[in-house]
Amino acid sequence: MKRIYVNEEYCIGCRLCEIHCLVQHSRSKKIIKAFKEEIPRALPRVLVEEEGPLSFAMQCRHCAEAPCIEACITEAMHRDDLTGAILCDEERCVGCWMCIMVCPFRAIRRNIEGRKAISKCDLCYGEETPVCVTHCPNEALVYEEREA
Amino acid sequence: MALSWLPPEFRIDRDEERCIACQVCVRQCANDVHLYDEEEDRVYSEESRCVGCHRCVTLCPTQALTVRRHPLDFRPNANWTPQAITDVFKQAETGGVLLTGMGCDRPYPIYFDHLLLNASQVTNPSIDPLREPMELRTYLGRKPDRVEVVLTAQGVEVKTKLASQLTLETPILFSAMSYGSISYNACRSLARAARECGILYNTGEGGLHRSLYEYGPHTIAQVASGRFGVHPEYLQAAAALEIKIGQGAKPGIGGHLPGEKVSAEVSQTRMIPQGTDALSPAPHHDIYSIEDLRQLIYALKEATNYTKPVSVKIAAVHNVAPIASGMVRAGADIIAIDGLRGGTGAAPTVIRNNVGIPIELAIAAVDERLRAEGIRNQASILAAGSIRNSADVIKAIALGADAVYIGTAALVALGCHLCQKCYTGKCNWGIATQDPYLTKRLNPTIGTRRLTHLIRAWSLEIKEMLGGMGINAIESLQGNRDHLRGVGLNEVELRTLGVKAAGEA
Repeated sequence: MKRIYVNEEYCIGCRLCEIHCLVQHSRSKKIIKAFKEEIPRALPRVLVEEEGPLSFAMQCRHCAEAPCIEACITEAMHRDDLTGAILCDEERCVGCWMCIMVCPFRAIRRNIEGRKAISKCDLCYGEETPVCVTHCPNEALVYEEREA
Repeated sequence: MALSWLPPEFRIDRDEERCIACQVCVRQCANDVHLYDEEEDRVYSEESRCVGCHRCVTLCPTQALTVRRHPLDFRPNANWTPQAITDVFKQAETGGVLLTGMGCDRPYPIYFDHLLLNASQVTNPSIDPLREPMELRTYLGRKPDRVEVVLTAQGVEVKTKLASQLTLETPILFSAMSYGSISYNACRSLARAARECGILYNTGEGGLHRSLYEYGPHTIAQVASGRFGVHPEYLQAAAALEIKIGQGAKPGIGGHLPGEKVSAEVSQTRMIPQGTDALSPAPHHDIYSIEDLRQLIYALKEATNYTKPVSVKIAAVHNVAPIASGMVRAGADIIAIDGLRGGTGAAPTVIRNNVGIPIELAIAAVDERLRAEGIRNQASILAAGSIRNSADVIKAIALGADAVYIGTAALVALGCHLCQKCYTGKCNWGIATQDPYLTKRLNPTIGTRRLTHLIRAWSLEIKEMLGGMGINAIESLQGNRDHLRGVGLNEVELRTLGVKAAGEA
């Protein structure tokens, strides 16, 4: 499947990926509105990790053997047949946050919007290319098929 | 510390309606102009530190930022301009030589903008480069005085041995910019683009990073007064060698790469201790005459077994024509001339703005002199010093150059916004810096693509202009000043350029 990969050598730590991810997952999908008017503000599903000059954007790896799917008690966490992305069915999610506990990449976060569901990368479901990739100014993020 | 009297150079307008306090500007500015106040969730700008590089403006996701020239006015004075006043302030504060980067920004006449090209009408046909072949390939190097042939039973055989030549698919090369003055990613972009375009780039005086040896056939290796990074392998790796005598931005003075830019990799490549200043002396200490130059040219030719053309680069100065003649007679296969507006990573402002002559006049003077002496065939002429577009390229060639070096234009393609702060090592675009936080901003894949696009675009335009003139090969335009006419030039300028005034048949 196509996944998001980062060339950390060229990640400049600008965090535009986080900003555009937040906008994509906001209610209005409008950048100024998403930041200034929507309360609570949507969460970015990608996080830039930094240490010294090294930085890279990190989001759900959509693992082939996903611990979050294993750990989910209601089968809310599932793999999408079409894209292969691991998605969370918010109707089924009971908010036990076991997935958050088991994720080795810390790629799943609590959704602070008051519902039980969690917040994670959905590869921008419905978009041809995830917005973090299209908006990366230095092409550090790529969306491609790679040999396992 | 006493208060600085220097007013800010720029003013930053932040549209608070648009600013989402995402802090991209804060993270991108190496000059710490933008500051985030967590308590207020708001970004402020300390504009006195702004250099006007537009990094923040370009990356702001809501276009909330505008950078303008600071509107502060002094009492109008045609003599004591704001620049003259603030320069005195600066020197009174620091006691130092004013430094700057990039080429001369003073409003001296730009002769390229006073030259117009010809086109075919009625009496001679123009050529459509999309339908007919158009030759931009250029060979640089010594050409024989005559071609001797012998007639054999099989036909004609060429007896003359041709000296080694450089092949360019289009008459453009990337100028000398050293690893150290620019980042590894910038060097790599230039090297890769040179290979993709079938042209050459120049190492400058920075040696050649081991990983770039693979681009050797597209590399001109420079030997300058500091001899940094010069060793047998370096000379062998390149396609041609260049002895750098002078640079258009700073004729008559040497170079100074500050120790902060001499990282571990730069130190290895240059063969100097890490963190030490790399000082290139003003003259080569072994060259005090044309005869001495001849010795170095032949030392390099011997070292490379006469397989590589040797270029000599000088700044365009008052006596450029007789100097060029001496260089050719000393054995240079290529002479590179860098004009008044040529760029630099660091130079004293007063030198950059006041020394040298414009490249257009220098090309014309040198071409004329070498033709008059009957030695024009012995060396190719490379023109440098602010070639901004394809029209400048074609005008330089019509004036007498064989090909042109582009430095600033190449850097602009890589992101340079001409803020002239290269010497600070804080280039926000990842070009003129060795800071690991900044160098990664230049992704060589993008850099190569942008440079390749630029060369492609200019080549297409050159073909269009050549076609319009009814010429189907760039070498037919070389030194063909009849295709140029001057506008707004006086008689002396027209005579020096060797062109007629517009309207003259």
